[in-house]
Amino acid sequence: MNDRLHHAFASKHNLLNMYYTAGYPGLHDTLPLAKSLVEAGADILEIGMPFSDPLADGPVIQHSSAVALANGMNLPVLFEQLQELRAAVPETPVLLMGYLNPVLQFGVEKFLQKAAEVGVDGLILPDLPLDEYEEQYHALFQQYGLKAVFLITPQTSEERIRRLDALSDAFLYLVSGPGTTGGTTLADLEAQEQYFERIAGMKLKTPRLIGFGIADKAGFDRACSHAEGAIIGSALIRALEDAEDAPATAGRFVRGIKS
Amino acid sequence: MTSYQQPSARGYYGEFGGAFIPEMLYPNVEELRTRYLDILADSGFQAELQLLLRDYVGRPTPLFEAKRLSARYGTRIFLKREDLCHTGAHKINNTVGQILLAQRLGKKRIIAETGAGQHGVATATVCALMGLPCVVYMGAIDMERQAPNVARMRLLGAEVRRAESGSQTLKDATNEAIRDWIANPVDTHYIIGSVVGPHPYPDLVARLQAVISEEMRAQLLEKTGTELPDYVVACVGGGSNAAGAFYHFLDEPSVRLIAVEAAGHGVDSGHSAATSVLGTPGIIHGSRTLLMQDEHGQITEPYSLSAGLDYPGIGPLHAHLGASGRAEFIAITDDEALAAVSELSRLEGIIPALETAHALAALAQLGAGPDDVVVVNLSGRGDKDLETYLKNMDKLL
Repeated sequence: MNDRLHHAFASKHNLLNMYYTAGYPGLHDTLPLAKSLVEAGADILEIGMPFSDPLADGPVIQHSSAVALANGMNLPVLFEQLQELRAAVPETPVLLMGYLNPVLQFGVEKFLQKAAEVGVDGLILPDLPLDEYEEQYHALFQQYGLKAVFLITPQTSEERIRRLDALSDAFLYLVSGPGTTGGTTLADLEAQEQYFERIAGMKLKTPRLIGFGIADKAGFDRACSHAEGAIIGSALIRALEDAEDAPATAGRFVRGIKS
Repeated sequence: MTSYQQPSARGYYGEFGGAFIPEMLYPNVEELRTRYLDILADSGFQAELQLLLRDYVGRPTPLFEAKRLSARYGTRIFLKREDLCHTGAHKINNTVGQILLAQRLGKKRIIAETGAGQHGVATATVCALMGLPCVVYMGAIDMERQAPNVARMRLLGAEVRRAESGSQTLKDATNEAIRDWIANPVDTHYIIGSVVGPHPYPDLVARLQAVISEEMRAQLLEKTGTELPDYVVACVGGGSNAAGAFYHFLDEPSVRLIAVEAAGHGVDSGHSAATSVLGTPGIIHGSRTLLMQDEHGQITEPYSLSAGLDYPGIGPLHAHLGASGRAEFIAITDDEALAAVSELSRLEGIIPALETAHALAALAQLGAGPDDVVVVNLSGRGDKDLETYLKNMDKLL
């Protein structure tokens, strides 16, 4: 039974969800990176499925996506690589994050089936509209035991947050402020704190992880004081840009956050 | 009969449309969706819009009977002179409407994307008129090939930001504009330039461009005794001028609607922008529509000599018009378009934009008879393309 996510949230505090782009920096780095991130202390893995036009992502993840695509990454290759995923990281929840179009071309049901087969726990598809998810895909996600992660921003209305909370069976992804991934959102700390506290005060049933613009231990610790944990992506990708040994660099990065 | 004009409540034309946007854009798009119809219907808004369209844009634009061109093709051809609009193309019909909308939404800052630069110029123009700051995203490659429009935008006080990502053309400029909107969710309005993007943009832009066909009907009645032509011909990149030219004829089945795409070097050459032929259903810029993509759903780069037509998607309205058979699609190569530039210049004394020339080149393929009335939407003038024309003088003379 697929309860790795629930187990992680029930048994741990201050969860670190590490994002990286599949097929970056090298085509075959996907699985070695997973292993080394988990060994170093990552609690959840979020593997990005590269897309040519990642609207919600900043320059760092755009670049890693372009490199990964040029390396030959695509969904059939990714699923092939993920065959060994569960042998490599038996306990760690794994999410796939990406945009809807490649999933549509692959075939939604085939995608869900493949994801479940290799042991993926949940999906983050930021451009899948809530209405479409609810009406067309929620039952299918459940059939394959896959959990959907929804995003919340400072502009998301309370009514909509309640709806997302009710529909969610994983965690809510709190986007820390306005902007795409990798942006610095520390400009208006006070507004950000108020936003985090407003959400905390809503007593939602679903746990929350904070993401976007969290780059180091200080950012991680601060996020953990407002939610169950945090998501880091662009900062890791940046560290991997010039890495000679990508898995070793990734391990060092995580130990730096978790120390 | 269901109307082709009106998308469903969720913005679908048949199976195309919708709003596939990340949560970060949801409040912006939702605000627009819940308010645009009321604002457009408001009498104060309409009064202000009509005044600007008349005194600033220069509407109504003439419907000109092109007699020498008609003789050449053995049919009766009228040109809807959108090239005579202020700033030289139909694009300003939309930006005038959207800037008034932005004011009513309380927005203080305007962003836009541009390919050929016409929409960027039209946006920079209305921002100057209303005293609002304006940022236009433009692909690095397009900035090179449309340098005069970059200069125009800057002269008008706009900041032109270079889109360096991806293919560095219109698609990437649109991505950057969307990312800007994500980063500025409260005070900024995004004036999208075509009938593309998430609902309600395709409908909003179509409604603002619909003035083209509204005028055509009245002018045709006066000149031919009937409001309905036999053919309406327009070029399609994203499809805003075609949407405007088709709009009030969409539910008139006797009128044949001809959408003309850019074949580039040829539809099967691997260097083309003929989305209706080469595209498959998918999602681009928040809309489910036809787009050019590889087998893995990665969006591919279209090619056309004309910077205004090399968009890898097509508005969802047009995808539906194609799928339902309501509109017919014709693809015209770079060389055919250049020949049409030359032909219109010499037969009628009008130098068309390269985009518009694609529509003109389709006249040879219509098979229209001597009693038929054909309206070509002359969407823009050729001044901005002079450099391209100079480089291709051997094909023009």
